[in-house]
Amino acid sequence: MQKEMAAATSAITIDGLTKDYGDVRAVDGLTLSIPEAEVFGLLGPNGSGKTTTINCITGLLKPTKGTIEVGGFDVKTEGAEARAIVGVSPQEAAICPYLTGSENVHLFGELYSVPRKLLKARVDLAMEKVGLTDDARRRVSKYSGGMKRRVSLAMALVTDPKIVLLDEPTVGMDPQARRAVWDFILELRDKGKTIVLTTHYMEEAEELCDRVGIIDHGRLIALGPPAELEVKYRAKDLEDVFIQLTGRRIREGA
Amino acid sequence: MQFGRALALARRDWKRIFREPAFLFIIMLFPVMLTVAFGTSFGAVGESQSPTFKVGVVDLGPGDNSTSAGQFMDDLRATGVMNVQHLADNATAQSALSQGQLQGVIVLPSTYDSTIQSFRSYPTEPSRWVNSTISLYLDKGSLLSAQTIPAVVGQVLGQGVLGIKSVVPAVPFTISSPSLVKVQGSSLFATFAPGLFAFASIYMIMMVAQSYTAERENGLLDRILVTPATSADVIMGSVISYLVIGLVQAILVFVCVYGLGYRPVADLEGLLVGFGIVTMFALCNIGFGLITAAISRSAGAATGISFLFLMPQLFLGTFVGTSLSATAQAAGKFFPAYYVTDALTSLFTRGAAVTSQSVLTDLAVVSASSVIILLVGIQVFKRFGKA
Repeated sequence: MQKEMAAATSAITIDGLTKDYGDVRAVDGLTLSIPEAEVFGLLGPNGSGKTTTINCITGLLKPTKGTIEVGGFDVKTEGAEARAIVGVSPQEAAICPYLTGSENVHLFGELYSVPRKLLKARVDLAMEKVGLTDDARRRVSKYSGGMKRRVSLAMALVTDPKIVLLDEPTVGMDPQARRAVWDFILELRDKGKTIVLTTHYMEEAEELCDRVGIIDHGRLIALGPPAELEVKYRAKDLEDVFIQLTGRRIREGA
Repeated sequence: MQFGRALALARRDWKRIFREPAFLFIIMLFPVMLTVAFGTSFGAVGESQSPTFKVGVVDLGPGDNSTSAGQFMDDLRATGVMNVQHLADNATAQSALSQGQLQGVIVLPSTYDSTIQSFRSYPTEPSRWVNSTISLYLDKGSLLSAQTIPAVVGQVLGQGVLGIKSVVPAVPFTISSPSLVKVQGSSLFATFAPGLFAFASIYMIMMVAQSYTAERENGLLDRILVTPATSADVIMGSVISYLVIGLVQAILVFVCVYGLGYRPVADLEGLLVGFGIVTMFALCNIGFGLITAAISRSAGAATGISFLFLMPQLFLGTFVGTSLSATAQAAGKFFPAYYVTDALTSLFTRGAAVTSQSVLTDLAVVSASSVIILLVGIQVFKRFGKA
């Protein structure tokens, strides 16, 4: 009962998450709670620990320390239940190039055990939402980079998940496609989905996110709605906040 | 594990084979091309599949040709694969053999008659038999006759001359170790054909390794594993897809070798067991493929490293092995492919029963080793291959 109540208020609860790669600490004691129906932006320079955090939430990486609950399910001990309610669009498109766009989406629907009678409609809807209906029957190897990102998004959403993790969802997209994806994300939020996205585009975070968390060197260094952070740090925009907190030094990707 | 997810992943693999030219070539077209190439190169096309061996029989017994020797020659002729000539002495026979007029010489010792008589008088008392050695002189060069003539002579001596209807622990005859002879009217292809089945399947190692490394590189493997699908689903998907691919390959190779004139002597049961063994062998190749993927950093590296597992099986475990030295052939026994080829040779070429010890042993070795190698491959990939 207690777990169900917690799940009703917090979609994702991270408590003291630490992840080490040998001697390198990628995430350092991250504690965070993301309520249902929120669009949460995880921001940070390259190598700050964003993707590691996402991978820990999905269960792909085992935390060195700390716990993560997704939809009330402990990722470590109830991984199958947690994975069933999460849709993930990773940083790399991670698609089957020899399948068509709709076949990729269909495959992931099958992996999520979407009922056969619903699956085709779900695939068609997902492809429509990402603007790929006309290209649904083309092989993904023929797609542009932006189209691959969009089909990757459709693969994450075909299961109609409660929680969506989007790692750099609009990288490589032209302005029109990016705007379409933004609209889609906001539509998902209006349907009550919880969305966690990482991005390097500050205007994207400002446009979409109810709250953002800025992490650097694996630590959460700022948390709040973009407007509040701008006021708090006397910045003209979120990018200014970001630069103030993380500096101007160029980081290597990780 | 959920079968529906595994099947979805298997269907994806099948689509890949037909859509990616490199996969289609290695998995489907290459075995066909190889079979046709071997068939034409080693004489399957335009030649008879019914071998006829020209052999001379020398009876060293006293007097003219004895009744027993006559019966032996008649029984040889009755097999339908022997063109038998009676020769007066060994020197004449050796001369004919060395000039290529004969493919083999069978020398019946002077004790031949007394050996038969002693066996017939005391069939259950080996200590009272007069033991004899039948000498075989065979021309070097033909693998098929080397396999066939001693077997036919042994069969004629046992079932024909001695009248043994069932397997007995001992007989009073010993057949000397033969040399190799050339075969007239047959082809090397008939000897090589069983090995082609294993040969085609072995390349799965490369395909499995490339698939897993490529999907690891582009993040697809990780992506699949953050869905409700488990590692077991992924592995089972591969097992399902490659078992079917192995069966399809076997059927393709069979159609090709049949089209080239090879006629397996196996009945339907033998054919099904043969196909089953080839299909089971796919598990072994998946296992080796997973090990290759685990130690390869990229799909390109996987292609090269896969040859570590591919080449030894290819040279020591398939048809090529029949032409290798005894040492190399002994080394082949450490590779599952050897037992696949041996089983198919027993079933398809020698017409062995599916319940024969040889076939059952091969089946057991292929099954056990394939499952073990698959399990090792899964563990190695889990431990080292995901990073």
